[in-house]
Amino acid sequence: MLEVKDLHVTVEGKEILKGLSLTIQSGEVHAIMGPNGAGKSTLSAVIAGKDGYEVTAGTITFEGRDVLEMEIEERAQAGLLMGFQYPVEIPGVKNIYLLKAALNAQREARGENEIPAPEFMKLVKEKLAYMKMDSSFLQRAVNEGFSGGEKKRNEILQMLILEPKLAMLDEIDSGLDIDAMKIVADGVNSLRSAERAILMVTHYQRLLDYITPDKVHVLVDGRIVKSGGKELALELESRGYEWVVEESAA
Amino acid sequence: MSEEQSFLERLQARGAARHAEPTWIAARRQAGAARFEALGFPTKRDEQWKYTDVRRISQGNFALADNADFSPGQAAALTLPLAAAIRLTFVDGLFSAELSDLAALPAGATVEPLSQALSDNHEAVGGVLGRLTGVDFSPFAALNTAFSEEGAVIRLAPGTVVETPIVVQFLSRANAAPVMSHPRVLIQAGARSEATVIEHFVGEADAGNFTNVVAEALLERGAILTHYNLQEAPLGDLLVTSLQVDQGRDSRFTSFNVNLGGALVRNDLVSELNAEGAEAHFYGLFYAQGRQHVDNHTLVNHNAPHTISNENYKGILDDRARGVFNGKVIVKRDSQKIEADQSNANLLLSDRAEIDTKPELEIYADDVKCSHGATTGQLDEEAVFALRTRGLDEQTARGLLTLAFAGEVMDRVTLDAVAERVERAVAGKLPERFNLTGLVEVATLEQGHAKEAGEHDRDG
Repeated sequence: MLEVKDLHVTVEGKEILKGLSLTIQSGEVHAIMGPNGAGKSTLSAVIAGKDGYEVTAGTITFEGRDVLEMEIEERAQAGLLMGFQYPVEIPGVKNIYLLKAALNAQREARGENEIPAPEFMKLVKEKLAYMKMDSSFLQRAVNEGFSGGEKKRNEILQMLILEPKLAMLDEIDSGLDIDAMKIVADGVNSLRSAERAILMVTHYQRLLDYITPDKVHVLVDGRIVKSGGKELALELESRGYEWVVEESAA
Repeated sequence: MSEEQSFLERLQARGAARHAEPTWIAARRQAGAARFEALGFPTKRDEQWKYTDVRRISQGNFALADNADFSPGQAAALTLPLAAAIRLTFVDGLFSAELSDLAALPAGATVEPLSQALSDNHEAVGGVLGRLTGVDFSPFAALNTAFSEEGAVIRLAPGTVVETPIVVQFLSRANAAPVMSHPRVLIQAGARSEATVIEHFVGEADAGNFTNVVAEALLERGAILTHYNLQEAPLGDLLVTSLQVDQGRDSRFTSFNVNLGGALVRNDLVSELNAEGAEAHFYGLFYAQGRQHVDNHTLVNHNAPHTISNENYKGILDDRARGVFNGKVIVKRDSQKIEADQSNANLLLSDRAEIDTKPELEIYADDVKCSHGATTGQLDEEAVFALRTRGLDEQTARGLLTLAFAGEVMDRVTLDAVAERVERAVAGKLPERFNLTGLVEVATLEQGHAKEAGEHDRDG
């Protein structure tokens, strides 16, 4: 589904990713872990298409399409969706409007008609309840005045409604207390399916107690230096990152 | 020949061609002409006109229209689509009975062209006209007084509530040679009367005319007036407007000043809060692109204690457009316990767009609550990116955010027809903005269980 090959990325002249390769098949849940500054957020930013990241070598393909040639919105319309670490506040744009416009943009890209209003509301209500969110969220401006936990839940709400093929979650656990973490994890787990893949980027193992990954990768200094199953995360939790760093340097 | 002289010659020629007028009208015309000649067109040396160059007007050669022909089909396309309206239409300043519709006028309300109001009701109308906006107000007011022949007179008897909006529509034609018009608008709102008046400037895309309107509104005790100045003038038009409002006790005046069109636009809006309980609310949105120049000057005089004013203007400037906002609030001595808030926020969509903003407060009383502020910024690129990552194309994302910037002002606009015109001008056609309220209501009604869960967990 997603294939990243030998990706080199520089930010303001400094090389951050130094030959990263990663393959994700549909149905899989991957977790990328690593110390601060390893390039975790850079990877998801490049896949989403954020400005300021220069790809100097390597490729990213999603279902056979060259992601780096796609506009930001085309990536989303194709089913590549990013959940932000710090969701942006968008004053004056109501949540309900964003949800509807986003869903319809995706449908239009697939050559489908706009979603009928009753069907849309049914969908939204169901997902709101799942994320334990009040319907007043719909009327509020996107993320404006939301607490950290509300913002994260809102990101997952968007995922549940837009049903991406590949959901990328950047530090989705940061700033969450345990109750909010459970709600967010429930939301993410409900996305798991044979047709869908999930890529989580996280600093802490804690999240992986709630969302069990199929594969865990350790990102150090711009490269994936070790990959393994979910037990790798536990090992990182107990032993820290240093041993992986040393092992990879050796 | 000076620029002023060429306008005065035009005036003389018009006078010679016109039927004899009552002496008092002729005298008023003469006073206007004399004052205009003495003042001359404003220059950038005049503090009030520092940022606005009027040479496109002063050096122009404008004839006066001699007919009000306009195809009804074309007029209908330009007319604001309201469910119902009481409408007076002027074509290049001349009244068009054919394009007007007064059928919905309730008892107690009079809406008529100025020419008719003057011939039927000389003293009542003529005595009031110019009382607020005299020839000293500005050179353009003097010029208007000299030339003015037509306009709209709206009178509401005490207690009259007009629920249907009253639209005064000014159509500008693409003439072979540019024309000018100097309409007057007079609104007399009797005690406890209530109405919405929309001055709508619109026309053929290729027009390049000069329109110079002077409007006056008198609000007696408890009167409520909502006034729209909706400017969708053709992009070649030159538009100078003023509205002065005289407010009695407990009266409430709300202004929506929406500028979307015109090559050169200057608006002066003045409210005199003359008695306790009077309130003025000024909401403004100006959107300019290309090389449009839009200048909004406002003034609120708190002449009495316990008066309230609240002003919020939003400017959006693209390309090489230039905007001016000058908002002045004056609190007279002894006008205690007043509240005055003023803010102007501007959004620059291009590096070459420009805004000059100047909020001014002059306070001569000591027990008042006042605030003012101005900000200027650009679109939040992070937000543009965030919207695009949800699949919205860049143009829609930018349009949506631009419109959202105007939200604080546009949320106050209760006429959907106006909101839609703004949306189309500012953001292009956005998908289904107007069907959302219903959706949310449905969700709110049927969402009791989620609400409870949500409240327990708000800070999660």
